[in-house]
Amino acid sequence: MIWLILLPLLWASLAFISGEGRGKWLAIGGLSGQTWLAFDLAQTVGAGGVAVEHLVGGWGAPLGIDLAADGLSAAMLVLTQCVALPLAVYAGAYYKRGEVAGAYFWPLAGFLIAGLNALFLSADLFNIYVTLELVGLAAVGLVAAGGGAQQVAAALRYLFATLLGSGLYLLGVALVYGGYGTVSISVLTPLVTSEAPRLMWIAGGLMLIGLMLKTALWPFHFWLPPAHGGAPAPVSALLSALVVKASFYLVLRLWIGPFAPLVAAAEWLAWGPAVLGTLAILWGSWQAIRAERLKMLIAYSTVAQLGYLFLIFPLLTGADAVQAGVMQAFAHGFAKAGLFVAAGVFIKATGQDTVAGLAGTVDRLPITLFAFGLSGMTLMGLPPSSGFLAKWLLIETALDRGYWWLVLVVLAGGLLAAVYVFRVLRQAFLQAPANTSLAAVPRTLEWTAFVLAAVSVLLGLRGVELMQLVGVMR
Amino acid sequence: MNEWLPLAVLASSLLPGLVIFTLPEGWTAVRTTLNLFGAVAKLVLVVVLLAGVSAGEEYGVRFAVLPGLDLAFKADALGLLFISLSAVLWLFTTFYAIGYLEGAPHRSRFFGFFSLCVTATMGIAMAANLFTFFIFYELLTLSTFPLVVHRGTDKAMKGGTTYLVYTLIGGTALLTGIVWLHHLLGHTEFAHTGIVAALGPEYAGQLKMIFLLLIAGVGVKAALVPLHGWLPQAMVAPAPVSALLHAVAVVKAGAFGIVRVVYEVYGVEFAQSLNLLTPLAVFAAVTIIWGSFRALFQDDLKKRLAYSTVSQVSYIVLGVALFGPLGTIGGLVHLVHQGIMKITLFFCAGNYAETLGIHKVSEMNGAGRRMPLTTLAFSIGALGMMGAPLTAGAVSKAWLSDGATAAGMDWAIWVLWMSSLLNAAYFLPILWRAWFRPISAAWPEEHIPARGWRETAWLLLLPPLVTAIMTLAAGMLAEAPGSPLEWAKLIAEREYQEVKLP
Repeated sequence: MIWLILLPLLWASLAFISGEGRGKWLAIGGLSGQTWLAFDLAQTVGAGGVAVEHLVGGWGAPLGIDLAADGLSAAMLVLTQCVALPLAVYAGAYYKRGEVAGAYFWPLAGFLIAGLNALFLSADLFNIYVTLELVGLAAVGLVAAGGGAQQVAAALRYLFATLLGSGLYLLGVALVYGGYGTVSISVLTPLVTSEAPRLMWIAGGLMLIGLMLKTALWPFHFWLPPAHGGAPAPVSALLSALVVKASFYLVLRLWIGPFAPLVAAAEWLAWGPAVLGTLAILWGSWQAIRAERLKMLIAYSTVAQLGYLFLIFPLLTGADAVQAGVMQAFAHGFAKAGLFVAAGVFIKATGQDTVAGLAGTVDRLPITLFAFGLSGMTLMGLPPSSGFLAKWLLIETALDRGYWWLVLVVLAGGLLAAVYVFRVLRQAFLQAPANTSLAAVPRTLEWTAFVLAAVSVLLGLRGVELMQLVGVMR
Repeated sequence: MNEWLPLAVLASSLLPGLVIFTLPEGWTAVRTTLNLFGAVAKLVLVVVLLAGVSAGEEYGVRFAVLPGLDLAFKADALGLLFISLSAVLWLFTTFYAIGYLEGAPHRSRFFGFFSLCVTATMGIAMAANLFTFFIFYELLTLSTFPLVVHRGTDKAMKGGTTYLVYTLIGGTALLTGIVWLHHLLGHTEFAHTGIVAALGPEYAGQLKMIFLLLIAGVGVKAALVPLHGWLPQAMVAPAPVSALLHAVAVVKAGAFGIVRVVYEVYGVEFAQSLNLLTPLAVFAAVTIIWGSFRALFQDDLKKRLAYSTVSQVSYIVLGVALFGPLGTIGGLVHLVHQGIMKITLFFCAGNYAETLGIHKVSEMNGAGRRMPLTTLAFSIGALGMMGAPLTAGAVSKAWLSDGATAAGMDWAIWVLWMSSLLNAAYFLPILWRAWFRPISAAWPEEHIPARGWRETAWLLLLPPLVTAIMTLAAGMLAEAPGSPLEWAKLIAEREYQEVKLP
């Protein structure tokens, strides 16, 4: 379990020391190992039906660092490695030799992934803060490494948002520590009751707001489109597919963990995230429909798709809602990575980041367009795709609890997604103006886009194992 | 229970389709071989299935997708009716498309999606529950879109967009109905005489709402008025695609969905007890008249045919909505008959356009003298649509009329007569122009010169001739064993178990 954290740290450091060129192979090798480890862990947790714990150095809480993996963490770990591995292959072919951004990419990506893995495995609130900062800073670095003035501006805005978010979270952690004298989730959970002191409410509120800011839930999404839309394609894919999911995971973890008694005492509370999620879906989709630039369109689509994740909060009275959330996280993770890397191919080929510039790409880049279409299918929630299963689970859970308006939101969101996805596909089918020429693009780029998209679709044919895994609760 | 045959039926078009996507444009021979191999293999498999099912054998397979949610296939009598129609017509359409697209760009893409489209149709026919049905129903939407916009012109894009708007919204309604039903029942497996009757009377209101959602969802593809707007616009697609839309796959998938929902989800007797059949029959009747009426005013040949489809497909719906085995037989047999007649007409329309550049009815003067065989096939198809004796259309209409009498809905007979008159009113002028008016000074755009008896390329000529002969055969040999009519009787017998049929 610990190797899931050490391995990326190791290859990130080696990539930094050995300079560019070798980073690619170190990363691909390391990630392959991590993927195996993540599946192995998922296998153990899923087959055993109980959470796995690891006490680093043999010291348990409250003194040492506890690592723990239940179904939810194991699933997120699998998602992280499975998205990161193809992205590493993609990035290896994406950056040209001698490109500065390429040299920075490997170490930063390694630290980012180490941070994510540590976050999913951490069992105490303060360690989680440390991992949040690691993830946030590495992500800002990746955006800034693009180098242009626009990217630096976007990165600064992102830095501000992410520091503010983790600051609020840290404040919450401090209050919890003041109130209960512990930051270990497993020690804390039995102590909290519905008659918790007001301090605990404030702590929870601060942490929730901080994390929503980091997840870019509407109206805290302001930093996301420029950062994700402006970064190089592999970076956008990492950020959109994985990084925003980490803070969502944390909200979910706290919501059903230590803060569950508080949430149960105030049922209206759950409607906050759900209403914001609804607005995110509507606003994000609308902006995506209007976007002129291709990557902006995809970034706004992320804003919309993150909204679905927050719809599950009023439904969290049973495990089925968590399953719906995880399925949506998987669907969006693979599909969005697929979309961004496909967009990267289009931009390299056409030399411009606009939707209008796509005319005629159906002839020259059929694999990439197919990948875009498959990912789009997942976002629209059309079958057979993991996005469809996510929507099915969401709708059925909402019906089960009698929340019809959530059903309508989910269905409307699917149709809105269809508008912006088909806007792109339609443009690609148009005949190109006579004098356009497309630059040659490495085949690796096209096929990694295809693999990511295909996984997002094929997962829709077999979700049983994933659902069983998520059913294993800490 | 035999498991591999249903999967093989799916694979026989899926695998060639996937390979074709990867073929370079110039590999015509490989592509053609793969296409024909897939189509013939599918036909052989379907014949094996037909033999097995009529001997009482069961074919089915299922995979768990989520806990409690299965992707399930079965090949039953009703599904096979649709499968055999599609498999046969797919073979002809493939021949036709190979001839039609000779030398055109993007053929690998075209035939790839073409195969996917047929795979989706097979999945719809073999789906054993609504969940599986929905998966393939939406897959059909997605795989036909690239075909509709294949030419990439503004007009094609417009038609394609309209198609998507209708079908995606319809799909959303369908999904809502399916999840709702799944929520109430815990499953959505199809079964003879229905599954929802088990729920009890307190659910009647909800079940009516669900019925509305489901029928609206499949009604979009079946082009029920007022959900039919996409069909006339989608006729901008190349002729083989129109054949696919109107006869082999899309419209038929909608009609087939209505059959499944009424018979195997609600059960025709339970649907009747909820008073759902009469409104459905009224919608079908309105569609029949409205489609025919609009067809009268279309000068564009394919558009006229498209409105004719709107009208004719609702014969199927009408048959389903007429309570009683006779109406059922009429509706089911028309599912097949409409397919072979309409595909003949679209093949011929494609021939006129490809050979002489004729797109409009007003340009058809004398076309019969220049292209006698095509026009003969067209005439047989058109007469069939009117329900003329000795054609397949006459059989459908006879059973439907008897069904209407038996169900005590005599007004439906008037609808059928009215529609026949309107059919005559929009088809006979075409035939008259083609056969009896003198040839115009010049054809709009002559692409393919006549050589001896071959008025056009033989790959374009043979398919409509064969389907025209089938139209006659289905009419004249309706009582022969193995005919669509006999098969429809078999299905009806299983649906109304206690009734013995003539």
